[in-house]
Amino acid sequence: MTGKLILANGEAFNGNWHGTPASVQGEVVFFTGMTGYEEVITDPSYKGQVIVFSYPLIGQYGIESLYAQSEKIQVNGIIVAELYDGPLPKRASSLAHFAESQGVPVLSGIDTRSVIQTVRETGTMPAQLLHKEMPEQPWQLLTADFFPAGENMDIKQVGEGHLHIGLVDFHYKASILKELLALGCTVSILPYNAPAELPESLGVDGLLFSNGPGDPQALTSRLPVYRAWAERYPSFGICLGHQVLAAAFGANTTKLAYGHRGANHPVKNKKTGRVSMSSQNHSYVVEADSLKETPFDVLYENVNDGSIEGLIHPHLPITTVQFHPEAAPGPADHLALFHQFLETANDMKKVKMHA
Amino acid sequence: MPKLDSIEKVLVIGSGAIVIGQAAEFDYSGTQACLALKEEGIEVVLINNNPATIMTDESVSEKVYFEPMTLESATKIIQKERPDGLLATVGGQTGLNLAMALADAGILDQYGVQLLGTDMTAIKKAEDRDQFRSLMNKLGEPVPDSDIVYSIDGALAFAQRIGYPAIVRPAYTLGGFGGGIAADEATYTKLVTQGLSASPISQCLVETSIAGYKEIEYEVMRDANGTCITICNMENLDPVGVHTGDSIVVAPSQTLNDPDFHMLRSSCINIIEALGIIGACNVQFALHPETSDYFLIEVNPRVSRSSALASKATGYPIAKIAAKLAIGYMLDELKNPVTGTTYASFEPALDYVALKIPRWPFDQFQGANRSLGTQMKATGEVMAIERRMEAAMQKAIRSLELPTNGFRLPSVAALSTSDLQELAMNPDDRRLFVLFELLIRGKTIDELHAITGITPYFLYALSNIVTEWQDLGKMSWNDITPDRLLQAKKLGFSDQQLADIWNVPCAEIWGQRRSYNITPSYRMIDTCAAEFRSHTNYFYSTWGTAPDVDRTTGSKKVAVVGSGPIRIGQGIEFDYCCVHSVMAAQKLGYEAVMINNNPETVSTDYEVADALYFEPITAEDVLNVLEFEGINQVILQFGGQTSLNMAKALEEAGITVLGSSVDLLDQMEDRDRFYAFLESIGLPTIPGTSAHKPEDVLPAAEALGFPVLLRPSYVIGGRGMIVLHDEAELTAWLGSAEQAFPVLVDHFVTGKEAEADILTDGENVWVSAIFEHIEGTGVHSGDSIASTPPVTLTEMQQQKLVETAKHIARQLDYTGLFNIQFVYEDEQLYVMEINPRASRTAPISSKVTNVPLVQHATALLLGVPYAELGIEDMYNGQPDFTVKAPVFSHIKLPGLSPILSPEMMSTGEVIGTSPLFEEALEKALIGSSVQLAQFKKGATLFAATESAGSSELAAWQALGFTVVTEDQVSFDDWLLSTAAVAYLDFSEIPDTKRMAQAAIHRLHAWSRPETAAAFAISLKIQSERLKGVLAQ
Repeated sequence: MTGKLILANGEAFNGNWHGTPASVQGEVVFFTGMTGYEEVITDPSYKGQVIVFSYPLIGQYGIESLYAQSEKIQVNGIIVAELYDGPLPKRASSLAHFAESQGVPVLSGIDTRSVIQTVRETGTMPAQLLHKEMPEQPWQLLTADFFPAGENMDIKQVGEGHLHIGLVDFHYKASILKELLALGCTVSILPYNAPAELPESLGVDGLLFSNGPGDPQALTSRLPVYRAWAERYPSFGICLGHQVLAAAFGANTTKLAYGHRGANHPVKNKKTGRVSMSSQNHSYVVEADSLKETPFDVLYENVNDGSIEGLIHPHLPITTVQFHPEAAPGPADHLALFHQFLETANDMKKVKMHA
Repeated sequence: MPKLDSIEKVLVIGSGAIVIGQAAEFDYSGTQACLALKEEGIEVVLINNNPATIMTDESVSEKVYFEPMTLESATKIIQKERPDGLLATVGGQTGLNLAMALADAGILDQYGVQLLGTDMTAIKKAEDRDQFRSLMNKLGEPVPDSDIVYSIDGALAFAQRIGYPAIVRPAYTLGGFGGGIAADEATYTKLVTQGLSASPISQCLVETSIAGYKEIEYEVMRDANGTCITICNMENLDPVGVHTGDSIVVAPSQTLNDPDFHMLRSSCINIIEALGIIGACNVQFALHPETSDYFLIEVNPRVSRSSALASKATGYPIAKIAAKLAIGYMLDELKNPVTGTTYASFEPALDYVALKIPRWPFDQFQGANRSLGTQMKATGEVMAIERRMEAAMQKAIRSLELPTNGFRLPSVAALSTSDLQELAMNPDDRRLFVLFELLIRGKTIDELHAITGITPYFLYALSNIVTEWQDLGKMSWNDITPDRLLQAKKLGFSDQQLADIWNVPCAEIWGQRRSYNITPSYRMIDTCAAEFRSHTNYFYSTWGTAPDVDRTTGSKKVAVVGSGPIRIGQGIEFDYCCVHSVMAAQKLGYEAVMINNNPETVSTDYEVADALYFEPITAEDVLNVLEFEGINQVILQFGGQTSLNMAKALEEAGITVLGSSVDLLDQMEDRDRFYAFLESIGLPTIPGTSAHKPEDVLPAAEALGFPVLLRPSYVIGGRGMIVLHDEAELTAWLGSAEQAFPVLVDHFVTGKEAEADILTDGENVWVSAIFEHIEGTGVHSGDSIASTPPVTLTEMQQQKLVETAKHIARQLDYTGLFNIQFVYEDEQLYVMEINPRASRTAPISSKVTNVPLVQHATALLLGVPYAELGIEDMYNGQPDFTVKAPVFSHIKLPGLSPILSPEMMSTGEVIGTSPLFEEALEKALIGSSVQLAQFKKGATLFAATESAGSSELAAWQALGFTVVTEDQVSFDDWLLSTAAVAYLDFSEIPDTKRMAQAAIHRLHAWSRPETAAAFAISLKIQSERLKGVLAQ
């Protein structure tokens, strides 16, 4: 045993340390999907967290870097039951090697089911990963605000297409951009703190409010700008983007005890009655009661706990979803939402051109 | 949406006899479906002639028709019962085929019967290769280049276009029977010929071989709203080329990355959406091992062997939910029964690996061709659950009950390296053990991957086991630290394996380990990877973690040990018995705990017992469970020889084995002690002796006089039993067989066999139905046609038999259920065997007498006084004749000769019931012959020259059939003629090759005149009925 996981409630689990000796902290959260570790650890929404994989065998197909959701590992630490160290497919490198090269520790041999049971019963909490040579550290406050104040004009434009979409960047997942590009869009990546007039000066046809880490309330000061944008452009919100748009129109958000993170979360489309599986990764939700204060109708609902999974504006072309239609990892049942958003943007564009 | 309220009565079609490719999994799915319908207040009418099943219990279905699974009898039942709906998707291919026949014949329309769940158009789109291909082309789903052929010429034209290797798949056959992969034209022509004859519509699909691809399956469900979910995916360790039923399978997939996993999942959803499935569906894919190219292999629009496996692997009850969807529920209206808090519209998340290994019959059928291909050959399977692949693998190996030494099979360990390499390339049932040996001999993962195509991940898991075994072998027991011991346990090593490595008594490992506090913890199959709280007592063991629950509560408990994988001689009947025992214990206020490892069965449905443990049945694994549960008494009578084999070790560990002492079990099995017992209670014994070494056999036989019967002790299904007629045969036998001594040498009694199941508390005795075997001595009881009540035994003879049974029961210190095999040699009654356990006939006996033997036996075991059972009041006086007929799977097992012998070969059985013996016989034989050639007008029987003069043949000629011999037509010509129906050879040593050839061509092959006569009687009554002689 060369390392341990210490939870803020005092529980400790011994395991094997992989990587450079270190001590790290983060909020401990768990992911229940059985594939997709590469996508998860590089997903910016997990920024600063310690991720526990419920599936006990991790690493069997290595890391191909094709499926990374950002340029680096975003989590502070990785907790697994068994870390695979055998032969890999051609082109793949090992998870242990990948994590070590980025200075992120992996702790294996942990009774992950017990860790998850603790988190389920007491809620997410801070955790430390300690190499055996490292002393226990003073507990630090968890970061929930990943959005410093100030304005940012840095715009990146990618793709060349008929439709011009502004991707409002709250630390977006690469697969969202990839999906827009695959569907033939020009994408301008707008910083979350871009000046209010930027979409207009760019001449975008629609806005996609991205996913991102932490508490949506960190963006409270920006809400009037987002509302103005959404009232003007066809808008689509994903995860944090959904929470932010709901809040911009007057809803409240709150934190779940241990969040939804996995690939099997059933959501029900209130219009069709159809249930589909969604990929999820969030701690915060829109409070159902607070929707009275907003114009939104509920579009999707979580089948298990009834929480809000998606909203639609009755008059304006605004749709938001709490889950991840871009999948990666997880089921691709909701890719059609991208098509619908782009169709709406396209229709509006035609109207504008003929007006 | 509520259930369809127009449906009040539903006809459910079962799957009939157990045959290879269609086994106990359909009792599990059928039982779940019937109970799900019953729960909704629907009246369930069932057609299924398999008596050994739970679904044919009165407690499961209101009305059970033990009728042949034919269009004719199903039509009569519909006419009589007038059901509102038909559920056809839980009875395997048999159920689906019968439903298609009913639809095609217009019966469903005529009587206004609604097909529930997936509609007929969708079923046909999935089942008919042509329609399926065109739909897939429309959807853009890749299917291998293929063609449907009806002739050799057509097949050859296709092969010329695409080249070899090519796959041949006959349409509408069970378990892919008749197909295969052909590397050249000669093999291809042979397979197509065989396939066209096997297919009921003489149709084959020939396609590009995708052997070597990864084989991946998904279990998918869809409701009428269009909600689609995948319950689980599974990855075959064996690449495409070995039938999935013969493959080692893991759930979930291990080597697919997220995009590939979801690419295939999305494909499934597109397909079931396009088909319009309502209920369950199985989709099989071939995935290129390096690129993401894939092909669809097959879509089964029904529950299947794989869905049973997926249900057990995930805890999601697919068949039950599918039945609810069929009557109009939506997935999000149904609760997930495991958590009780979430809904059925979700996809299980596993935090363990489930691993299945098939159980093949080749330890018994040594003459059969054991190579594996596209035609399934396994009779059963085991599943193991653990958090590490290595541990799951070793648990599954222990569950197989093969003569293994850990992960090594001595007969494979003895092979040369070049033979092993050959076997790795051309797999048979031993391949797993072959791979272990090659790793031990230093072959690398790369080398093995190159010759087998198995993904290196799996080979690495095997090599970890080998490496650990080698490392441990370099240490000595005295050097082992607690941490090191725990590491070995985490990789799945049993105490026995460790004891063998270090050459110390197993008890020492067990004791030391416990003093180190190294014990397994039990974790719950909760469908959600602990994300939500669950309260389902469905557990597996794992090492070095915390347990999920504390089960050592104070209430009254008893454990029932199951019968493991289905194999020849130990079938579904023992599962029936275990389930009944659990139900009886629960009725008496006990918490009943089930321990078993067979994923196909009802006993491993977590809703049956109060707690289910999916574990190997070995002393260590069972004792660990008992300790965790705080149980000190077990019932071993109902799990066949498997559970009985635990008795000694459990008793030594201080556990009470209910019903009898271990010494008594030994007394019944040890021939010398058994005969001494019979003599001590004044019963005659068959002359015989034990031979302790090979050279003792001949003198013993000569002293007794030929013919003699030879058999080993403690066997299942008459394994190793043989009748030897003269010295030459004996010498040949001694030279050929590897026999474990002692061997029992008996005078071979010529006479009539009968058997009965006996219920007793040692004083009071209930002798249940007496079964008279139609074939005389020398035929295993499992392979003979039998009638209850007897037809030729006189009242006096029966009386004597009953008195003898009662006498034995009162002299044995035994409580519960046991079985006696009798033989009458003229007027002399002998007791051949006493089996101190439930038997194959126990379910039939219970059903035909209305006295549930196992439930009463369990009550007696738990101390209920005999007088309170009220047996006399329940007994129905057996108003009808019931005939049991064996069903064989020879068409799946090339090379296996169908000559009846003391060694059992049948895989299943059916019954027929009627007030008239002849009619009961007729129903049983029609039911047992559904897969064989039919006795149509103009059919010909071929008699071996020696049997041409048999008096039995006259009966056939009288029925209008032609009996030919070699004098009229050569055997080979006759075999290929469309009129061929039965081959007869009644000589002492029939022509093995011809018998096997006849069987593989789906013909009847009779080696006993009694069998032929029984068929003649059954056909006579049919023809009389047609002539109007017999009133309906």
